[in-house]
Amino acid sequence: MDALIDLLPELWTATYETLYIVAMTLFFGGLGGLLVGLGLYLTRAGSILENKPLFFVLNLLVNFIRPIPFIIFLAAAQPLARAVTGSGIGNNAIIFTIALAASFAMARIVEQNLLTVTPGVIDAARSVGAGPIRIIFTVLLPEALGPLILGYTFIFVALVDMSAVAGYVGGGGLGNFALLYGYRQFNPIVTWAAVLLIIVLVQFVQFFGNYLARKALRR
Amino acid sequence: MALVSLRNVSKVYPPASKGAPSVTAIDSVSLDVEAGDIYGIIGYSGAGKSTLVRLVNALEHSTSGEIIVDGQNIAVLPERDLRKVRLGIGMIFQQFNLLGSRTVARNVAYPLEVAGRPKHERAARVAELLDFVGLSDKAGSFPDQLSGGQKQRVGIARALATQPSILLADEATSALDPETTHEVLALLKRVNAEFGITIIVITHEMDVIQTIATKVAVMDQGRVIERGPVFDVFSNPQAAASARFVSTVVKGIPSPAELAVLRERHTGRIVTLAFRDSAVDQKAVFGEFSRAGVAFEVVYGGINEIQGRPFGHLTLALTGADPVIDQVLAHIRTLTTVTEVR
Ligand SMILES: Nc1ncnc2c1ncn2[C@@H]1O[C@H](COP(=O)(O)OP(=O)(O)OP(=O)(O)O)[C@@H](O)[C@H]1O
Ligand SMILES: [Mg+2]
Repeated sequence: MDALIDLLPELWTATYETLYIVAMTLFFGGLGGLLVGLGLYLTRAGSILENKPLFFVLNLLVNFIRPIPFIIFLAAAQPLARAVTGSGIGNNAIIFTIALAASFAMARIVEQNLLTVTPGVIDAARSVGAGPIRIIFTVLLPEALGPLILGYTFIFVALVDMSAVAGYVGGGGLGNFALLYGYRQFNPIVTWAAVLLIIVLVQFVQFFGNYLARKALRR
Repeated sequence: MALVSLRNVSKVYPPASKGAPSVTAIDSVSLDVEAGDIYGIIGYSGAGKSTLVRLVNALEHSTSGEIIVDGQNIAVLPERDLRKVRLGIGMIFQQFNLLGSRTVARNVAYPLEVAGRPKHERAARVAELLDFVGLSDKAGSFPDQLSGGQKQRVGIARALATQPSILLADEATSALDPETTHEVLALLKRVNAEFGITIIVITHEMDVIQTIATKVAVMDQGRVIERGPVFDVFSNPQAAASARFVSTVVKGIPSPAELAVLRERHTGRIVTLAFRDSAVDQKAVFGEFSRAGVAFEVVYGGINEIQGRPFGHLTLALTGADPVIDQVLAHIRTLTTVTEVR
């Protein structure tokens, strides 16, 4: 317990780092997932921008990357992270890698949520002369907003999960904190403090996401 | 010049999978819809009705043929130009297809947004349209708070927003109960009468045609097998499929089962006479029987009215000598259609 009190400043820093990593990856990964998911949805057979080769490539990429365990993906994508962020280690590199992995994980969720929009509604928009861009912003995204918010809430947990291994490549955060001060120092109380914070964080976001989704669905 | 004119239009869907046959949904159809018509298109499921109507606003692209809308062959227009054409063609759907994320008012405003109308103009037009369909009090409601009939009225208001000259209705009443169906059909009639909007109605229900259409085309397997003014097709259908549709609403011709019953009860010859409009003088027809001394008994029948014009069928059991009956029937055939049912 005393050890934990001594470690409080580090705990707050770690919490802040986790929040920072998760927020950044939620933004970039969420955006990437939205783009790739929209790409999948729009290019599939029978959709408004049907494009067989593009759909094939996107689909293959998503199927290929999604099942890779993140810790392995982290190592495999390191050269790419170095090329993009200038360094293969540290918070920027981990943010880049998580955002990349999350993009592909989120793409499927986005695609599936868009598929719940009745095709007839898109026909109705086309029948009044709406083009693809307008249909995306005035039909697809608003009509699928509720499930999309739930999808993003779901991916948030995955992001917290992924961020926990940041320590392996010199990143910070609660995962690293638990590993460094709890597990390695044989101090379960410290580990549990980190776990507790993560649970509180996830619960809060889940609650908030559910609330927003309910508002969007007006239920 | 017809407002909508299809010339030799075909639509072939490519095979769903390798080795499967391609589907000819529309098979060289030619059809003229004049301005002001309420043109009904009827046919069994899979006949190609939806595909046909979706060709008119280019939601579907034809494989061959010309689709001339308001003088312009839209079959050759690029997507960008088609969007302008679609502003002049409203469409309503069986499942209403309202935007669940928007209120009734914003659904109706949607086509106006697409058309780039300024905000104050949109508000005024939406109010006008909601008043027309009788839903002013629902402006702020969401579609999932409305009944089916109300949703379709919103659909109609939305379709009329940009003042189109053509309205396409694909099974617009098929999801509604009979009462609501008639309300919606009455509304469509007003749309046609008050704004002069040409309406193409797709249905598999003959009473929809009977209630509102002025002309009708019967489709079967991608082809138009019969067409004409509703009265003509109803009172004297030529194709077998048309006759089957007509028999669902036109009472007066006994079904085979009913005929069997009649046969058991009456030993004499049985004939069905058609009476179309006031063109046939019933007094003259029945006078022929009396004059020849042929006794008759009305055993089945019914009179229908299409667009205010009556027509009907009477089935008679005749008693008398065969040669005399033959002679009388020969006379009556000069007055109207006689079908002897054996
Ligand atoms: N997108 C499509 N791809 C392949 N085949 C299609 C497609 N749309 C329709 N078809 C086929 O075209 C034919 C006509 O279909 P269509 O939907 O026009 O019929 P319909 O008369 O409207 O039937 P219903 O009364 O059931 O609505 C059917 O054989 C159908 O399977
Ligand atoms: Mg159909």
